Amino acid sequence: MMMNTHARGGAATVAATAALLLAGCTDNTQSSASDGAVQVSSTADACTLSSTSAPGGTLKFAVRNEGTEVTEFYLLAEDGLRIVGEVENIGPGLSRDLVVMVPEGKYFTACKPGMVGDGIRAAFTVDAAPKGQEVSAGRAALQQTAVTQYAAYVKDQTEQLLAGTKEFAKAFAAGDEDTARGLYAPVRMHWERIEPVAESFGDLDPVLDAREADLEEGQQWTGWHRAEKDLWQPASGYQALTAAQRQQLADKLVADTEELQQRTQDLTFTPDKLANGAKELLDEVATGKVTGEEETFSHTDLWDFQANVDGARIAYEDLKPLLAGSGTELDASLAKNFAALQQLLDQHRKGEGFVYYDELTEAQVKELSSAVDALSEPLSRLTAAVVR
Amino acid sequence: MSRTSPQPAGKDAEAAAGRRGFSRRSLFTAAGTGGLGLAAGVLAGSSLAGAREAQAASDAVAFHGAHQAGITTPAQDRMHMAAFDVTTTDRDELTAMLREWTAAIEAMAAGREIGAGGATAGDYEAPPEDTGEASDLSASHLTVTVGFGRTLFEQEGRDRFGLAARRPAALIELPHFPGDALEESRSGGDIIVQACADDPQVAVHAVRNLARIAFGRARVRWSQIGFGRTSSTSSAQTTPRNLFGFKDGTANLKSEDAEALAGHVWVSGAQGGEAWMNGGSYLVARRIRMHIETWDRTSLREQEAVIGRTKREGSPLSGGKEFTAPDFALQGSDGPLVPADSHVALAHPSRNGGVQMLRRGFNYTDGSDSLGRLDAGLFFIAFVSDPRTHYVPMQATMARRDALAEYLRHTGSGLFAVPPGVPEGGYLGQGLFEA
Repeated sequence: MMMNTHARGGAATVAATAALLLAGCTDNTQSSASDGAVQVSSTADACTLSSTSAPGGTLKFAVRNEGTEVTEFYLLAEDGLRIVGEVENIGPGLSRDLVVMVPEGKYFTACKPGMVGDGIRAAFTVDAAPKGQEVSAGRAALQQTAVTQYAAYVKDQTEQLLAGTKEFAKAFAAGDEDTARGLYAPVRMHWERIEPVAESFGDLDPVLDAREADLEEGQQWTGWHRAEKDLWQPASGYQALTAAQRQQLADKLVADTEELQQRTQDLTFTPDKLANGAKELLDEVATGKVTGEEETFSHTDLWDFQANVDGARIAYEDLKPLLAGSGTELDASLAKNFAALQQLLDQHRKGEGFVYYDELTEAQVKELSSAVDALSEPLSRLTAAVVR
Repeated sequence: MSRTSPQPAGKDAEAAAGRRGFSRRSLFTAAGTGGLGLAAGVLAGSSLAGAREAQAASDAVAFHGAHQAGITTPAQDRMHMAAFDVTTTDRDELTAMLREWTAAIEAMAAGREIGAGGATAGDYEAPPEDTGEASDLSASHLTVTVGFGRTLFEQEGRDRFGLAARRPAALIELPHFPGDALEESRSGGDIIVQACADDPQVAVHAVRNLARIAFGRARVRWSQIGFGRTSSTSSAQTTPRNLFGFKDGTANLKSEDAEALAGHVWVSGAQGGEAWMNGGSYLVARRIRMHIETWDRTSLREQEAVIGRTKREGSPLSGGKEFTAPDFALQGSDGPLVPADSHVALAHPSRNGGVQMLRRGFNYTDGSDSLGRLDAGLFFIAFVSDPRTHYVPMQATMARRDALAEYLRHTGSGLFAVPPGVPEGGYLGQGLFEA
């Protein structure tokens, strides 16, 4: 959010009062006229804008729902069809901002109280942008390219995941433990690269990837980590799976992965999903991998770590063209920090894979953790930069 | 040896407490932590109170009553909670300790020092009875609430003090909830002591002195300091914010709602061996660490969707203001405006069969961990009439489905049976031991 009045107490009150005077509405949020926002009031039968034109560049509409129904606000292209930007789901009495990068041209604004019909429309003019802030007219095309590329990546990873899972399941069920142990981490990397996508299926994630502590009392434990525990058995107090149980687990693992692969075929992506997904992958690293909690028994956390970073980097690279211009600084910071983290990870490579997590010293863990934090900060700003 | 004779007594005590009601120390603390704003608030508060309360300038909370203090008492800002393991095997030693605790709590709650000699008037050749660090401070709305854990009644099949038959059925072993990462050293305990006050030093003083009295009979198992209330328990209080930056406890039970308290907080109608719990409550404690750093990297859109309320006002995403009832049925373009897996959608009483809790939690921070991340979060405290109906089902749902669970990790846990209040001349838990 581009709010400039986060200050508590006095400062916020002053800003709110200023907004009230200038915008002539009962806005008590932080959107002040001083940040150049176009104030929009949406009621049952009116869509009132504080201005019907603005200079090109990054535009902000501060939309306040003063009606009694849920409302939406749209900025539409000259044809009245193409959506340049939208904010949806604004509850009565609430405010929401639309921040969008817009080149010079003719547009329409529309409030849609009740979320039905064409909305209450009006013409809106975007004048020439101040020098240095011009926006390319091809931004929508760039966004489309990014999501198409990423969809292809997800497709490729799920296919490889399915093929690898079948191979793993076969070895696991057959009691060929060495092969199964060798396949476990590399195959899981395909899952970890697209983890936020897989996790978006709330029913598949727990059956495929639940850790023991994630379970409820009485809940059946299936998926990768169940197999992990059987392949790297605790020294005491563990009852190994029977051949029949292994077969059952292996069959379910394959069936659930097939289901996942099927469902990803129909997924559609948007730039914010890509960018949020990249950020979530680093969150996964920060909370699960860098602490060694993901792979309790196999200690293959660094494989997952690398895969999460891979997935985040692909999303970033697909979105990179959208950072040209006002996002250059962010782009440079991301490039630098991805490289630094990769360089650190590479120090822990061993053979085809990595050292085990329990072989890392405390200092090395700390170093990795700092590098994750350093990358996560700029990455958390990617969404706001690419959705405009 | 006697720690129990209060001094000064009766009306003198009130006068003494009143003299300390606006001490130097509390002014320094106010200015130090909150700056001018808080100091101004203190002054405004005192002038508002006006002549009507002039004779009650003391900031002491009554200790005696039908219920223990520290439950419906307007939530103070500071807390020190300690769980004790009883080390003695002698029932009389245990009740003697509870009697001594009762006298000490009574004195401290009134703003007095502990024991006949207090901090400086005792035998010069002996260590002072009161440790003294709260001596120039006011009563500071200190409340000390005591409860009993499951293990006091029975441990590994042993009926330790002949109390097994009196263990209430509601004092269950809490089940494992998905995602729990409980640490033994932060969980359980035979006796719980919740000390709350306006001034942290007063709360810490209380726990320190009770621990000292307990030596030889009970030892501290774990203790936790909380630095900011995360719930309002009175409609006169504004809703505070938790460390996620959101208002917390908007829909909390309020002490003004006697009917709801009777139904959801206080135990009533308990029969037979459990009759001692009538007028008491159950205290659920959970140390909930927050993944602060990942939360801080989350977009405002996501934060509001996870909570189900706006960050600034605390309005439900279905619209209105903070105290507007959430409309969980109100649909947006892609599902309900208040997402089905948002915290408010799962935790709100209307979604839990009308079940309510009196939440009385605190923000905590215990410094940083080895990776430099804040070891901070919410020390959740709730008082309920029966944890089997008023806590377990809701926590099970939240652990399974709450979008917020991704940012939380439960690291400590405890459930305690809190006996009713102490009448004049009685002691804490008397009904359990003597009835």
